[in-house]
Order: sequence, then C-alpha cells, then structure tokens
Amino acid sequence: MSVATTMEHQAHAAEPAESPITPESWGKLGMWIFLSADAMSFGGLLAGYGALRYYSHDWPRPMDVLGIALTSFMTFLLIVSSFTMVKALSARRRGDLGQTTIYLALTALGGAIFLGLQAYEWSHLIHQGLTLTGNPFGSPLFGTTFFILTGFHGMHVTAGVIYLVITIFMARRGAWGYNEVEITGLYWHFVDLIWILVFTFVYLL
Amino acid sequence: MAHSGAAHAHKEPNYFGIIVVLAILTAAEIGVVFVGLPRFVLGVILVVLALWKAGMVALYFMHLKFEKKTLAVIAVTPLILCALLMFALLPDSDPERNLQKDAAGAVPSAPQTH
Repeated sequence: MSVATTMEHQAHAAEPAESPITPESWGKLGMWIFLSADAMSFGGLLAGYGALRYYSHDWPRPMDVLGIALTSFMTFLLIVSSFTMVKALSARRRGDLGQTTIYLALTALGGAIFLGLQAYEWSHLIHQGLTLTGNPFGSPLFGTTFFILTGFHGMHVTAGVIYLVITIFMARRGAWGYNEVEITGLYWHFVDLIWILVFTFVYLL
Repeated sequence: MAHSGAAHAHKEPNYFGIIVVLAILTAAEIGVVFVGLPRFVLGVILVVLALWKAGMVALYFMHLKFEKKTLAVIAVTPLILCALLMFALLPDSDPERNLQKDAAGAVPSAPQTH
C-alpha cells in the first residue's frame, strides 16, 4: 500500500473500520480480549487450588468422593455441545436459518442438561456433608475449592445458555449474522475448554 | 454482512473428526487413571492430554489456527501468566515450612533457628 493511499485512508476515517487483528469485526477482538482476562480468573482459581491442595495432608482422592461416571458424561456432553455450536455456525454461513436455530437450540440444551447434572451432583455432595467450609472426607479446603471452581464454571455455563438463547432470537430476526454467531461460539467453546482443565485438575488428578 | 465472504475464506475443518479425537482423548484420560501409574507419571500424562484437548478446541473450534498470529499471542498470554502465578504461589504450598509456621504461631516470640 502506498503512502498516499494510507494517508487518504486515515483522512477518511478517524477510527479504522476494521480491526487490524480480526478484520471481520471489532467484536471478535473484544470477545478474545475478554476471554483472555476471564482465563486469568480461572487460572488464578486453579493455581490457588493447586497450592492449597499441595499444602494439605489429608486431601481426599477426588474420584473416591465425587465418582467419575457422571462427570465423564458431563464432559462428553460439553464436547458434543461444542460440535453442535460449530454446526450452527456452518449453517449460518450457508444462510440456513432453520438449521442454525436447531443447532443453537441443541447447544443450549446441552448446556442446560450439564447444569442440571451439576445441580444433581452438588446436592448429592451437600447431603453427604461436603460444603464450602466442611468436608467429612478430609481437608475442608477441598470443599471450598471444589464449590468455588465448579460454581464459577457453572455460572459461565448459565451465562452461556442465556447468551445462546439470545443469539437464537437475534439470528432469527436477522439482526445477528455469521460474525455475531461466531462470537457467541467463541464464548461457548471457551467454557468447554475451561471444563476440560477443571475436569483434569479437580476430578482426575 | 457486506464483507462476510472474506471473513471466513479458510476451508472448514473436519469438525466431526475433531470431536471423535476429543472423545478418544477424554476416554484415554479416564482410562489412564485406573492403570495405577506412579503419581508423577500420571500427573504428566493427564496434563499433556488436557492441554492437547484444550489446544484442539482453541485451534479448530475457536478457529485460532486460521486467525492472525497476533490473536494467538493474546490467547496464549494468560497461559504464560498462569504458569508464572503457579511459581509465585509455590512458596506458600511448602508443607514443611507452613506447618512450622503454624506451630510457631502459638508462641510468637520463639526464635526460629534454621
């Protein structure tokens, strides 16, 4: 690009219409920056969890307390919901609003079932005496970190389900196009990505 | 909508293949827990598998592979910062030192000799 065209471009627009990093939209760049910051919140919680766990002598083996079958199913569910999300995006790219709606709805349903199972797991554990400050299986900090970490993630899933429902309405009205659906997808895949890490560090390790 | 054609010029990855790989890796994670490996080995395997899965989600589902490299820098930054944070917290999780500190808490003026 010549200097003259660059100057002309700058003269016409005080603010460039396109983000230099994400030429499709500023919104996508905004979502990525938000997700980076959000990743730090989870990173802080996970690092704190690691330090507290290493400090404790009577940390229970999480699988013995939490079981693994239900959580494994929840993990598969989130992975599948990520798949339906990219299918929704593909459908939107083709301009197929019907398929977009169906796949977005399936994604939201996957998130809702995940939340239901998490509520079931939580109530089961609370009945067994695991609370924010108490743990009959060992260190009370296990209860604290477990509920804070999975709770913070569950909050993100809740927000994601609401976000997906809003996306369905906006996409059907034609107000949100491919780009907006992709941004919704970025958030949803991030929630899946975080669960992959939580599943490993809290349940398996 | 005007320039939606240029926005996604890359070829769509085989998404179904990716979730199959993610499902297999998840099954491997669950399986390896029951093998009865030494704790350290198990930890390394689980962390590698988790980062592999997380990387696949970011690269393909979040299209990071097809974005400008600067965006990848933004995405990787928290990972580096969290690694540093873990080292920053490491002194706090030294069980020996903390137990001594807790014991010393009862007698504040007791001099510590090391």
